[in-house]
Amino acid sequence: MLSINNLHAKIDDKLILKELNLQVNAGEVHAIMGPNGSGKSTTGHVLSGRDGYEVVEGSVSFLGKNLLEMDTEERAREGLFLAFQYPVEIPGVSNMEFMKAAVDAVREHRGQEAIDAVSFLKKTREFCKAVNLDQNFLKRGVNEGFSGGEKKRNEILQMMLLEPKLCILDETDSGLDIDALQVVAEGVNSLRSPERSFLIVTHYQRLLDYIEPDFVHVLAGGKIVKSGDKSLALELEEKGYGWIEASLSGAA
Amino acid sequence: MSEVLKQLYSDKYRGPAWLEAFNQQARSQCSELVLPGRKTENWKYTSLRALEMEQYQPLAEKPALVDHDLAHLSIPQLDSIDLVFINGYFEAALSSDLSMLPQGVEICLFSEASTTQQTIILQKLGGAIEQNKHLFACLNSAQLSDGLFVNIGKNCVLPKPLQIVHINTGIDQAYAVNQRLLLVAEQNSEATVVERFLTDDDGPAVFTNGVSEFYVEADARLSHYRLNMEQEEALHIGNISALMQRNAQLNSFSLGLGGKLKRLDLTVEYRGEGAEAKLNGVYLTQNQQHIDYHTCIEHAVAHCTTSEVFRGIVADSSKAVFNGRIHIHRDAQKTLAQLSNKNLLTSNKAEVDTKPELEIYADDVQCAHGATVAQLDDNSMHYLRTRGVSEAEARVMLSFAFINELINDIKLSAIADYLRPELVNMFSTDDGLKRHLL
Repeated sequence: MLSINNLHAKIDDKLILKELNLQVNAGEVHAIMGPNGSGKSTTGHVLSGRDGYEVVEGSVSFLGKNLLEMDTEERAREGLFLAFQYPVEIPGVSNMEFMKAAVDAVREHRGQEAIDAVSFLKKTREFCKAVNLDQNFLKRGVNEGFSGGEKKRNEILQMMLLEPKLCILDETDSGLDIDALQVVAEGVNSLRSPERSFLIVTHYQRLLDYIEPDFVHVLAGGKIVKSGDKSLALELEEKGYGWIEASLSGAA
Repeated sequence: MSEVLKQLYSDKYRGPAWLEAFNQQARSQCSELVLPGRKTENWKYTSLRALEMEQYQPLAEKPALVDHDLAHLSIPQLDSIDLVFINGYFEAALSSDLSMLPQGVEICLFSEASTTQQTIILQKLGGAIEQNKHLFACLNSAQLSDGLFVNIGKNCVLPKPLQIVHINTGIDQAYAVNQRLLLVAEQNSEATVVERFLTDDDGPAVFTNGVSEFYVEADARLSHYRLNMEQEEALHIGNISALMQRNAQLNSFSLGLGGKLKRLDLTVEYRGEGAEAKLNGVYLTQNQQHIDYHTCIEHAVAHCTTSEVFRGIVADSSKAVFNGRIHIHRDAQKTLAQLSNKNLLTSNKAEVDTKPELEIYADDVQCAHGATVAQLDDNSMHYLRTRGVSEAEARVMLSFAFINELINDIKLSAIADYLRPELVNMFSTDDGLKRHLL
């Protein structure tokens, strides 16, 4: 599904990712954990093709194609979805218009039949219910005046509509209370399938209580320094990131 | 008097005799005024050179009605009382039957006014404008031969919006149109007025000098739409002035599509406490177009409230000017005034000159103002693209979004529904890029 090899990326001449390697196969859920400034969010931004992030070395292949050569929208259409840590407010574009534009673009690219307005509305309402978001949010400007939790649920709603192959969740759990966390987790779990993979970027172990990962990686200094199964997350929660840093410097 | 003014100025007086004294007075005022240039602060960013490029002369007589279909110019869902002026002349055949107006509502041409109406007209006309400051309004008065008078009587409610359509079309040579509206909304009355300025497809070289005066008496409520949608060749200098008495309310929406030269002066003066005005506006310019909005709010008395939001999208090599003046006089305590002007530049060659101008002489007031000039937001652009939306479509969606909030805020839904596709179409000729907005 996703293969990141020896990725080096910088922003404003500052090298953030240094020799990042990661292999995600279809159906797998990977968690990337790490202290602040380790390059977690940068990973999501680079994979989504955000301007200002420059890849200086390495390669990323997504479903056998060179991801780094694709425009941002092409990546999305190919099936990459990034749930933002800070979803953007866009007054003047209704949430509904926005999602229809996204779904139409993605379906067209995949050679699927265009979805008519009525079916789309029906589907959207159904998903609204699933993520516990009032239907009035569809008429409002994109994320405009939404609370932190509402924005995150709106991200999951978009994810459900777009049916991506790889979902990257960038600290989706930050700023969520326990109820919202469960809603988000349920949304993610409902999408889990043998064909779909997840990359869950998080600072805390908490979300992983609800979304059980197959692999947990620790990112530090722009590279993965330790990988394991879900028990690694628990160990990190218990011992803190200092433990990793200490054991690394000890090893060096 | 400069050459241009002489040209615009016709000595031949053709109006009714009872207007002649009014006309004469403006005429003598005019002769002392000079054409504003770069050094005139109010005209610093707007050149009048376009006026010199053609000989814009008043039409000597009413031209024959052009025989083509004007139906496509109507607003489909708007159920209104329509008054149609073509090339400055009233067309009864294209207008609504005014004999059915409810009691207390009077609508007439100056040239057809009764003696009672003439008295009111002479009492009010020119009273809402400082003619010595507004040369073109003064010029309008000097040449005034006819106009439209609307009087909404005490406690009366205009049952439908009054739509005044000015269409300029079918004349081969350059010409000038002098347009005038005088509206009195008496105590506790209510009215909606839509002023639309259009040119038909061939885009004649016309210069419109428009003046609209509104007297909003105590507790009266006036909604005003000023839609300047003429094509590029048309020049328009307009003055809209409102005098607001105690607890009067004005809800105004302006739309300006660019042309070679468009300049609109909006003035609101509070004469009674508790009055409120909401002024929203949108302007869009393309190519080499130029538009200039000068708004001026005179808070002369206490306890009045102003909220003003203007947004513009300036494309290609076009230029927009916005000057928002709020003058809070010494006695205007407890004034609430807010002014916001945001501009979106969609090209490196586009230019905006925006200036909020607050002059405050009272000490117990709340005022806020802000002006911004920016390009499309990178974060919003990226967000849309991460959802699969193409850059080109995202650009159209985000550009329209910039003004869509003001369109959504329009009270008359028929107007909003009419404007939305008209405006969306300005952002792209490619249907695929507009499909999620239409």
